[in-house]
Amino acid sequence: MNRYPLWKNLMIGIVLVVGLLYTLPNFYGEVPAVQVSSGKATLKLDASSTTARIEQALAAAGIRQTGIFADQNSVRARFDTTELQLQAKDVIEHTFNPDPEDPDYVVALNLLSASPSWLTSINALPMYLGLDLRGGVHFLLQVDMPGAITKRLDSTAADLRTLLRDQGVRHSGIEREGRSIAVRFRDADLRDSARRAIERFTADLKLADRDGPDAMPELVATLTQQAEKTIQDFALKQNITTLHNRINELGVAEPVIQQQGADRIVVQLPGVQDVAKAKDILGRTATLEVRMVDETPGALEAALNGQVPFGSELYTERGGRELLVKKQVVLTGDRLTDAQPGFDGQTQEPAVHLTLDAAGSRIFRDVTRENVGKRMAILLIEKGKGEVITAPVIRTEIGGGRVQISGQMTTQEATDVALLLRAGSLAAPMEIIEERTVGPSLGAENIEKGFDSTLWGFAAIAAFMIAYYLLFGLVSVIALASNLLLLVALLSMLQATLTLPGIAAIALTLGMAIDANVLINERIREELRNGSSPQAAITAGYERAFDTILDSNITTLIAGIALLVFGSGPVRGFAVVHCLGIMTSMFSAILVSRMLVNLIYGRKRKLEKLSIGQVWKPSN
Amino acid sequence: MEFFRIKNDIPFMRHALVFNVISLLTFVLAVLFLATRGLNLSVEFTGGTLVEVHYSEAPQLEPIRQALSDDGYPDAQVQNFGSARDVLIRLPNRDGLESSRVSEKVMTTLSAVDGGSPELRRVEFVGPQVGKELAADGAMALLLVVVGIMVYLALRFEWRFSVAAIIANLHDVIIILGFFAFFQWEFSLAVLAAVLAVLGYSVNESVVVFDRVRETFKKKRGMDTPEVLNHAITRTISRTVITHGSTQMMVLSMLLFGGETLYYFSLALTIGILFGIYSSVLVASPLVMWLGVSREQFIKPKQEKQEAVV
Repeated sequence: MNRYPLWKNLMIGIVLVVGLLYTLPNFYGEVPAVQVSSGKATLKLDASSTTARIEQALAAAGIRQTGIFADQNSVRARFDTTELQLQAKDVIEHTFNPDPEDPDYVVALNLLSASPSWLTSINALPMYLGLDLRGGVHFLLQVDMPGAITKRLDSTAADLRTLLRDQGVRHSGIEREGRSIAVRFRDADLRDSARRAIERFTADLKLADRDGPDAMPELVATLTQQAEKTIQDFALKQNITTLHNRINELGVAEPVIQQQGADRIVVQLPGVQDVAKAKDILGRTATLEVRMVDETPGALEAALNGQVPFGSELYTERGGRELLVKKQVVLTGDRLTDAQPGFDGQTQEPAVHLTLDAAGSRIFRDVTRENVGKRMAILLIEKGKGEVITAPVIRTEIGGGRVQISGQMTTQEATDVALLLRAGSLAAPMEIIEERTVGPSLGAENIEKGFDSTLWGFAAIAAFMIAYYLLFGLVSVIALASNLLLLVALLSMLQATLTLPGIAAIALTLGMAIDANVLINERIREELRNGSSPQAAITAGYERAFDTILDSNITTLIAGIALLVFGSGPVRGFAVVHCLGIMTSMFSAILVSRMLVNLIYGRKRKLEKLSIGQVWKPSN
Repeated sequence: MEFFRIKNDIPFMRHALVFNVISLLTFVLAVLFLATRGLNLSVEFTGGTLVEVHYSEAPQLEPIRQALSDDGYPDAQVQNFGSARDVLIRLPNRDGLESSRVSEKVMTTLSAVDGGSPELRRVEFVGPQVGKELAADGAMALLLVVVGIMVYLALRFEWRFSVAAIIANLHDVIIILGFFAFFQWEFSLAVLAAVLAVLGYSVNESVVVFDRVRETFKKKRGMDTPEVLNHAITRTISRTVITHGSTQMMVLSMLLFGGETLYYFSLALTIGILFGIYSSVLVASPLVMWLGVSREQFIKPKQEKQEAVV
């Protein structure tokens, strides 16, 4: 009667084996590695060719690597010693960035799991350690959304001015008042025709009539909720993109840049100690410039020979071709309000659509009228150095501020170019509202302390349980150990961030999880005390205890979920582990321990005694 | 080994009033301390900057205070943290101070002070708006836990149990906070997490007892309500002590080996566990009794079939 069917034993066995597999990588520790990733927004990393280049470079220098791994954004090579790692970094740096002044790639020191490649290939990775354990900087940035909206309203006001002039509707002044734009008119008829013109022009504005001072009719335009949301989403995405590009420069191996809530961005830079530099880079602005290409015959050839004509500069295009660009700036990125990938309306070719504000459109119209058939270059200027993003040919005069760049682009390229154009500047200013820096020594110490507490606590519980419940105590300890195993495996699988509060949660969860086994063991003793046979006592003990275990775990889970929902930072790290631990403890305390007890006692027909410690019976 | 050799049920309910008076007194004291002394909230809630530095030799704190004061931080708190060689500096947020740069300036100031070069261990900067949000989120989390547990217990047992469990366990929370207010221990996010975890955990205790109460009501017809409660508590007391003992061993291990960061976290847990046993057993059960629990509530009345009228 105390036997599990084969499938149940098998299932528990499989779960434990899988758990063991995914826990394994945590035991191998880490080995030094060198990581190569793209250092420029304009450069896409090609995994296979980069891998080959690293292999060749290392082979040529006679440095032995123990494996090269490629993922989406980076290629990493592993080495046996830190010495080899440093040598390799020099060699790779030299190969990939022949000009140290203008690096194309980020070559960074990193640590990689030392687990064998068959483990890595089934996606078994060690737990992802939080900044408080590995050291590094964490920033929480607040994007100034009101600022982004004001900026947009200012450019909209300028647009309206142009629109009304083009439509021949006379107004007596356009002004931004806080979060709305007020347009004054001499009479109501003018206002009505203006309203019609604006409604035809854009759907982003909500219009309302108002009588201003001096009884002048006024039109008040506010952004619709939809439009405001679009602006905010756009601002956030653009800022994240820009941050990505900038952080590449720091040479951080695994930066994390994520949206948090509606208007915040989290930046985590593991291993970075130079906080001042990190802050400088986060706060710096890049600019976008539109300039004309110098197409004077022979000028490019002369420049390639080292004689750059006066008033021009030599740049390399994305394809690798040389380009001579005039120094005079036609337009700056401030005038660009949006850039989106899309398709050409007629040819269905991939294209990039730019939107300019009113002043920008006027300049652009004039420039394009005078330069049909010539090329213009769009440059991203960062750290005083420029890069050509794209250099299209002007086909016709372009008015109205809506520009399309198309021709010989793949969809992917169109997306990239649009991203780069937007990356030109931060859409809205940002402010650091939270900062955490943890030094590397403190991180290592935290791991040690967390590990020690768990180890000694576990040892104490194990010693007590075995002394008090004998064989059943041993079973409970094995169940508790399997709980730890499954929890670590689950954390490794999910790659959830493990922090010091997370380690505390592991310890606490183990301390609480033993409750289930205590409940079961006490119940079995009680059944024995009441005169049940050993086999019946086991069955009754597990069955009766189950309801209680379920109830108590659910109440604990409610607390865990509340922490998860409302917690932030350290609390969230605690809550994730706590919740997962409650789940794994149900499995191990009930199923694993029952399986063991069944295997030990289940087949014995004439069972006289259970090894569960002394059972005292009140003598009547 | 067997710790508990209890022949007859212990008459806990005879002393129910005593337990509740003790508990009420502790509760009132805790509220008093909270009201008069308040919580020593960490930088996460108040906003401000916290810099932890490590020196190779124990530094004098006075010159550091002086230097910081001279450099425009007269309100800096400087104190040792854990050991004499570790120094913790706390700076409140102030208007007109570019707060996100404070940590760098402090490090520059510290480097200029005689007595060894400091090694930066940790910086925490929390802007004013974030601090307020964290406090609000903490309160929301507490509310969610309370409502969640009440609803669950009411569904699973009866409203009397859920009310009793929540009163008993909320009073634990207040007592933990009272301790933190009395000793002016630092109340951080981690401590808040510990408090909420304890809330979920000590409700367990009530659940275990209540489970037994329900079972006893159904099985043993001869007992009156106080007897049923006594029986349930007596039968579960060995489990209660062993479980909490085990959890406390783990927490003790954190208290001893976990270092400064986990110190207050495990301290909150310790207080919570000790008072949790007391309140969920000896406070919650009398409350259930006084709320008027009786056998009839556990025996399902036979449902009368309604005749369908055609």
